[in-house]
Amino acid sequence: MGVGIEVSNLNAWYGANHTLQDINLNIPANHATALIGPSGCGKSTFVRCINRMHETNPIGRVTGTVRIGDLDIYKDAKPVEIRRRVGMVFQRPNPFPTMSIYDNVAAGLKLNGYSNRRALDEIVERSLKNSALWDEVKDELKKKSGASLSGGQQQRLCIARALAVDPEVLLMDEPASALDPVSTSKIEDLIFQLKSQYTIVIVTHNMQQAARVAEKTGFFLNGRMVEFDSTHKIFTNPSDKRTEDYITGRFG
Amino acid sequence: MNANVTEIRISQAQFQPEPDIPEGQAPDETPSADVSEVRGFLLARGNSALIDRAFSWLMLLCALSIFAIVVLIALELVRGSQLSLHKFGFAFFYKAFTDPDTHLTVYWDPVNELFSARPFVYGTLVSSFLALLMAIPLAVGLAIFLTEMCPRVLRGPLAFLTELLAAIPSVIYGLWAVFVLVPLLRVHVNPLLIHGLGWTGFFNDDNPTGLGYFSAGVILAVMILPIISSLSREVMTAVPHSQREAVLALGATRWEMIRMGVLRNARIGIVGAIILGLGRALGETMAVAMVIGATPEIHRSLLSNGSSMATVIANEYAEAVGEMHLSALTEIGLALFVVTIIVNALAQVLIWAVTRGTPAQAH
Amino acid sequence: MSIETFEFRSGMRTVTDGLVTGLAILATLVVVAPLVAIFIYLLYMGTSSLNLAFFTQVPKPVGETGGGMANAILGSAILLALASSIGVPIGIGGGIFLAEFGRGTKLANAVRFTADVLNGVPSIVMGLAAYALIVSPRIPFLPFTGHFSAFSGGVALGFMMIPTVCRTTEEMLLMVPHAVREAALGLGVPNWRSVLSITVKTASPGIITGCMLAFARVAGETAPLLFTALGNQFWSASLNQPIAALPLQIYVYAQSPYDDWHRLAWAGSLVLIALIVIAVSLVRFVTSRGVLKGAS
Repeated sequence: MGVGIEVSNLNAWYGANHTLQDINLNIPANHATALIGPSGCGKSTFVRCINRMHETNPIGRVTGTVRIGDLDIYKDAKPVEIRRRVGMVFQRPNPFPTMSIYDNVAAGLKLNGYSNRRALDEIVERSLKNSALWDEVKDELKKKSGASLSGGQQQRLCIARALAVDPEVLLMDEPASALDPVSTSKIEDLIFQLKSQYTIVIVTHNMQQAARVAEKTGFFLNGRMVEFDSTHKIFTNPSDKRTEDYITGRFG
Repeated sequence: MNANVTEIRISQAQFQPEPDIPEGQAPDETPSADVSEVRGFLLARGNSALIDRAFSWLMLLCALSIFAIVVLIALELVRGSQLSLHKFGFAFFYKAFTDPDTHLTVYWDPVNELFSARPFVYGTLVSSFLALLMAIPLAVGLAIFLTEMCPRVLRGPLAFLTELLAAIPSVIYGLWAVFVLVPLLRVHVNPLLIHGLGWTGFFNDDNPTGLGYFSAGVILAVMILPIISSLSREVMTAVPHSQREAVLALGATRWEMIRMGVLRNARIGIVGAIILGLGRALGETMAVAMVIGATPEIHRSLLSNGSSMATVIANEYAEAVGEMHLSALTEIGLALFVVTIIVNALAQVLIWAVTRGTPAQAH
Repeated sequence: MSIETFEFRSGMRTVTDGLVTGLAILATLVVVAPLVAIFIYLLYMGTSSLNLAFFTQVPKPVGETGGGMANAILGSAILLALASSIGVPIGIGGGIFLAEFGRGTKLANAVRFTADVLNGVPSIVMGLAAYALIVSPRIPFLPFTGHFSAFSGGVALGFMMIPTVCRTTEEMLLMVPHAVREAALGLGVPNWRSVLSITVKTASPGIITGCMLAFARVAGETAPLLFTALGNQFWSASLNQPIAALPLQIYVYAQSPYDDWHRLAWAGSLVLIALIVIAVSLVRFVTSRGVLKGAS
């Protein structure tokens, strides 16, 4: 079961560039939340603050509070611990090139010292089923390398890999933007199924995708969060004019 | 609010549509015991901060070992040359002694503990200079051919050949030089040199063996050629195509394009490549030792026997006659070390300036 | 400028162009010729002297024909094993530091620069240092010190391997796409584990070829062994005694006045060159096929 995320006064910098300014929002548990906005508005930076990936950049800096459940992730925990509880799927699929499909899915566990073979087999199977990839690869789990799959399959493999560690939150940074329409719709179906088990935050520049998949949507602009509300309201009756301009395609 | 517009846009999309559940892949909804076991396992893992820190320190140590090696070499060489440094001072490198009995100039007499590095410095400089003289035009010519003129098909094999040339060990070059090159020079080339250039005083026929500075210069040239050539190629390839095109657009011939568009931009790097070749020539040991004649004397004729800094160390170190002998040899080694470091550092700076830090190939 | 002058100058330019092209081709031929000559001569002289005895027997006393360089081959193998056990781990560690921990720092730049400079130091100086450190008697109870030994030779060669392995490892690690590292980090894998099991593993074909290059280079080195390992006419596999080595033996035999030993020198050169050609070709093959197969 997922947990909610509470963000207060979040500010982020890339060097001197004040990328995120005073972000406040509450992301509900076990729902999918979409973040939309034009390129460069800071939504990717935002999600990378949630799993403390932003600070891996030498010029990245964060202030403010992010609470996942009741844990203040910047004060009460180390980055490595957080990243085991918050999974991430990146824009371009990035399976580990030297590993088989099985090893890719199991990587998050094996590389953290998990060695129970029987349990691993079950976990790999379950994760691949949950990411709708099982039927396509079940006969070649250990023979095929992760990198030999098609783009859409690779991304589902990355989703399976993220799910295998049973995270409480799943962050997806434009997961379908590099994929063809068929793969995209498969992934959207996936998100739909998964959100009852995890808290999902999905960054997307595709508004239809947000509308299809998410209960709540946040609109980012120039490093600020302009509006955060139910998806239906954002897309049919937004409160802020800037939101409406973006939705109707006046810019972005 | 213009709800109509937004409605049209989103009308196709159905909010929260029913998912298509494909056959046989019912989403697993009951979290089994495994799930919380995994979470529990990972939560208990800790953050490996200690191992991370130890690991990064270990890697740092490995990197620092490179500094340590250089410092170690310097320390040991200085320590080992103390005796000789003390006795002879800096004059070690140019002094000339006179044998008390024969009244002839003597430079290197281990038995009587008379040590001057002058003939070795001379030999190193002469053989290296000769090598550069012969190698530079050939190496740069080869680089130009490979980069600008060579048909694409030949480029790979020729580059591979050059790489192989660079990989041949010094001792094999020496072997080939002793049994093939030296006789060849002795029979066919040296007489011509004596005949045609003997008037300069640099080529006389006192030495029938065929060994000497000139032979050493030739084999050195063969050895440093691949280095100069491949580095020059790298530097020339780094010149952007726009430069070449700009010159061609002015109606230049190919040579003019090369001269103005490529060489002019790459010349700093090519100088760096040449200096790197010089560095290699200065320290080259085995092949030179086998063909230079190993005689601690100074002669004007390039065809006479001589010696070099690396040669005398190679020949005499293992069986040195006494502490002073060993110390003198170590001092020569120290000089070699310092000179090659300076030369190589200079070359690296020049090359880096042109290629902007492209990693060096393993030569 | 008059028409005649212009035409003359144009003509001259064309002539110059052709001349330079010819010179460049000439230069290429002059370079290629000795290489081909060396290889052909080596093959010719070497194969005629290569026989089973070469690989199985030790040198016979002066005057007797036959014998081989078996002890030198074994000796080289032992020296190279020792050298690799020093050079490869430390070199790879240094490369990991440069690529993963110190990227962009001044320290890393200094290390890189020093490594390149160290690569250019004559190998005989390396031998001098090893002699001063290990061979010349100092600490009585430390093993391997105080006399010529295979150990000192192996150490000298190992030190020579470090800068080469370090630089090629760094190069290869830098080629691993950032996305792969991010994926590992995103899973909560500790940094050390990510570096070793993901980044290094992905770059391992290239790293291995870098080690092979360094290996091939020190396999042919003679100068550092002249007063460390010293050479040995008999069977020896001990690290604590002088040991024979292929390039050393070739050097000694080449300088000798005996035809028989010359024969052996050629055979030994052929074996050495074969080893090096194989290594260089393998390196080229692996790197041309794409070091990181499958990495996007």
